[in-house]
Amino acid sequence: MLLEVRDLQVEFHTRDGVARAVNGVSYAVDAGETLAVLGESGSGKSVTAQAVMGILDMPPGRITGGQVLFQGRDLLRLKEEQRRRIRGAEMAMIFQDALSSLNPVLTVGAQLGEMFIVHRGMSRKQARAKAVELMDRVRIPAARERVDDYPHQFSGGMRQRIMIAMALALEPSLIIADEPTTALDVTVQAQVMDLLAELRRELNMGLILITHDLGVVADVADRIAVMYAGRIVETAPVYEIYRAPAHPYTRGLLRSIPRLDQKGRELYAIKGLPPNLLRIPPGCAFNPRCPMAQDVCRTEVPPLFEVAEAPGAAEGRRSACYFWEETLHG
Amino acid sequence: MAEPILEVRDLVKHYPLTRGILFKKQIGAVRAVDGVSFALDPGETLGIVGESGCGKSTVAKLVVNLERPTSGVIRYKGEDITRLSGRALKAVRRNIQMVFQDPYTSLNPRMTVGDIIGEPYEIHPEVAPKGDRRRRVRELLDVVGLNPEYINRYPHQFSGGQRQRIGIARGLALRPEIIVADEPVSALDVSVQAQVINLMERLQDEFGLSYIFIAHDLSIVRHISDRVGVMYLGRLAEIGSDAEIYEHPTHPYTQALLSAVPLPDPTAREHRDRIILTGDVPSPANPPSGCRFRTRCWKARERCEVEVPELAVPEAFRGLRGPAAHPSACHFAEERQIVPAGGGGNGEGRDSRRETQ
Amino acid sequence: MPEPQSRRPDDNGGAIAATGAGGGMDLATSEGGTLEQRPGEPGGGTGGGAGGEATGRPRSLWSDAWRDLRRNPVFVLSGLVIVFLVIISIWPSLITSGNPLSCDLARAQDGSRPGHPFGFNGQGCDVYTRTVYGARTSVVVGVLASLGVAVVGSVLGGLAGFFGGFWDAILSRITDIFFGIPVVLGGLVLLSVVTSSTVWPVIGFMVLLGWPQISRIARGSVITVKQNDFVQAARALGASNPRMMLRHILPNAVAPVIVVATIALGTFIALEATLSYLGVGLKPPTVSWGIDISDASPYIRNSPHMLLWPAGALAITVLAFIMLGDAVRDALDPKLR
Repeated sequence: MLLEVRDLQVEFHTRDGVARAVNGVSYAVDAGETLAVLGESGSGKSVTAQAVMGILDMPPGRITGGQVLFQGRDLLRLKEEQRRRIRGAEMAMIFQDALSSLNPVLTVGAQLGEMFIVHRGMSRKQARAKAVELMDRVRIPAARERVDDYPHQFSGGMRQRIMIAMALALEPSLIIADEPTTALDVTVQAQVMDLLAELRRELNMGLILITHDLGVVADVADRIAVMYAGRIVETAPVYEIYRAPAHPYTRGLLRSIPRLDQKGRELYAIKGLPPNLLRIPPGCAFNPRCPMAQDVCRTEVPPLFEVAEAPGAAEGRRSACYFWEETLHG
Repeated sequence: MAEPILEVRDLVKHYPLTRGILFKKQIGAVRAVDGVSFALDPGETLGIVGESGCGKSTVAKLVVNLERPTSGVIRYKGEDITRLSGRALKAVRRNIQMVFQDPYTSLNPRMTVGDIIGEPYEIHPEVAPKGDRRRRVRELLDVVGLNPEYINRYPHQFSGGQRQRIGIARGLALRPEIIVADEPVSALDVSVQAQVINLMERLQDEFGLSYIFIAHDLSIVRHISDRVGVMYLGRLAEIGSDAEIYEHPTHPYTQALLSAVPLPDPTAREHRDRIILTGDVPSPANPPSGCRFRTRCWKARERCEVEVPELAVPEAFRGLRGPAAHPSACHFAEERQIVPAGGGGNGEGRDSRRETQ
Repeated sequence: MPEPQSRRPDDNGGAIAATGAGGGMDLATSEGGTLEQRPGEPGGGTGGGAGGEATGRPRSLWSDAWRDLRRNPVFVLSGLVIVFLVIISIWPSLITSGNPLSCDLARAQDGSRPGHPFGFNGQGCDVYTRTVYGARTSVVVGVLASLGVAVVGSVLGGLAGFFGGFWDAILSRITDIFFGIPVVLGGLVLLSVVTSSTVWPVIGFMVLLGWPQISRIARGSVITVKQNDFVQAARALGASNPRMMLRHILPNAVAPVIVVATIALGTFIALEATLSYLGVGLKPPTVSWGIDISDASPYIRNSPHMLLWPAGALAITVLAFIMLGDAVRDALDPKLR
């Protein structure tokens, strides 16, 4: 396993109390695999990723438990200096807002080249050549002429390509992409997702795709982990989850999105609001919004049950719902 | 067919680009909207889709009179409203209201919910007598699915979805006939989007509203719209009923746009017709000659460079009946099915697929 | 015209935004506390409910700011100092029975003795009494100059920001010119021709040179607020210009003006002392810390007490106002909220 997160817990100390952003998240990604982490705002999907990358703001954030095993080493036990060497070289991150993630006063060539100067000890000239090569690789037209341009001179899609180029610079084995295409237009989004998928295949990287977009997930992911209120509520291979979700939240989400290919009736709407992280409901966090909730859901936190569509069929599916069977077949 | 309630003809909005500190010199113009025409029937929802910078939000601002067009007319029940001012403009505003994209900036943080929803009555005191306003505000809160007890709370005490409901209640206060909604759900969480969409549909039936629904999300637009217009760089590329646009698109841009939308269905991965456009949208300050889409179009030929395609039923389909014969601004329009046929038996209800071929 | 980039839900909104110092607000209230589903929710079984209950009683941003301020020791301390200053400038006789103008040359430069804890100055006046009465001048000059600057600056800047265009450009250039004038030099030149011994010329001078700073801030603030959709929404409803300015823009744009005016209040008090020290500010018989500091400076080696008491009072007063301004800024800053 390339990356394995085990029972990760993250808290935030705020003026109004302790917000429990991540409450025991476990997931794993293999080389060459794409794991989509799906969730709404406040689900903890980004916080988990930041904890994995080691870029969580502490304080106010605090990792209160769990392990992050990267190629067998627990990153949470490493010294900051060791982690810094892993960041960028072995795991890299792509952010939603490429404009604010790039330094506006440095040329993109300088920013791309810096990676090679810092981590590989290259000369300025070599680094620049590498920068051009990278820009070519992410298919930025006329890379040689544009290497000395500043970030604001590029369009949104091109900037996101530069971000990808930066992440790929040192050929890391794991990439975490946090809503990489959310700020982009749909035609550009398609270009960027295609590029990302192709590079992942080419370099046999693991990819963690953090998103709220069920369409993007269906297009590129191998496996999905659905998060809600800091927990994983369902995890499954992508085909299975779309065909027959085993958690009422996943099912609700899938039903609630309008479809391009059909003009349906009234949309199914999950009632209520995502929970307040300062006051996560007892029991299953989804219970106040869940149409299937019973008494047990209001008192006991459901564990992740092994899900098998037919008896004996192990598919690596799990659902944190006491009524996963009913959900699956209902 | 009934007389359209709103008719937009050759609408143009150019924002001058100026240079100079005190004495400004015009050095060009951003052609945000450059000749857009459409009509809105009573009780109908017209969806307008397009990518950022296509001018769809400017169209919204022009229709609700937040901006004055450079040229063109907007007729509300036959009367041109683009040159109105004072009392006459105020009267028209009562009937055309707007719902904004960002529920965080569209409500004044220093006002209570009651004051926000009640403000329309203060501006138009003739609509509701003073003593009756509180009651009406409570009623409106109830109509949009919020607890009327919340009347004294401030916007920051609500979530995004609830704020959007408050914004909708404010838009409804004057009982308008037309509501222009500019990306009303794009800032909301997925699970909350459906709530707001359902609310808007219910209100439409209840109050007989006509909507202009502007969004970048093609799936949502399809869901809510009766007719759809696709905008590119300040112009309409194609317009037609939802089935005509989504199932029988004839403009290459519409086809590319539709093909780029990721479907929430992994089985669609392999057998989908993907058109990946190259390049970026050109700047509206310096749009291409002829057809604006030609720089990214795989069909572009010389004719596209010199002749602006007009928005009309293309020659190839003229005289034909059927869903492909709808206005499309392309010299080489041809039908291409992009969106896989709908998922089985789920498609019934509303006026979905009853086109005959 | 570029259209606004669509804001889409991002994860950070939930947890990260709430983690900035004092930023817990978001979490506490926006996402709703307990979830209560109201009976008869429209939309039947599948319809959406929006029963998210907001916590606590209704709160405005001002009352939130007040709640923050009360807990802030810097605010409490500086507030107490200022309240004390205001009280003694209104009723100096509360803490001194002396007369600042009755002096006895025989006691000139004497040190502290019973009934005269701060000693006497070069003219034999009681330093304690003069320091107490000096507060009145400082507070009057500071408050009036700040008020004047705030009113002139925010009206001009606010109108320029709201209407924009030609007059806005003119105003911006004028403020540029004013920023180029060195304050002390301007004071030396302008005030040296004034013969009045009242506080008005000094206040007038401060307003004349101080308004551009506020005007620039008010203009920026109004332009920022004006771009909010709620102002557009009011316009779409048919609201008049005065309504939009007073109801929607002013309450949202006024915070930075208040903060800067409060901080400026401290600097005005210091400026008054500077000008008085240089002999162009206030003139005797007005009692002012600046005048006393000026009078005492030749004797700093032999009788430092004559300088230390008025100078100390001045320093504490200026510091109190600047700290108050800082505390208010922290409480009102929307970025932390």
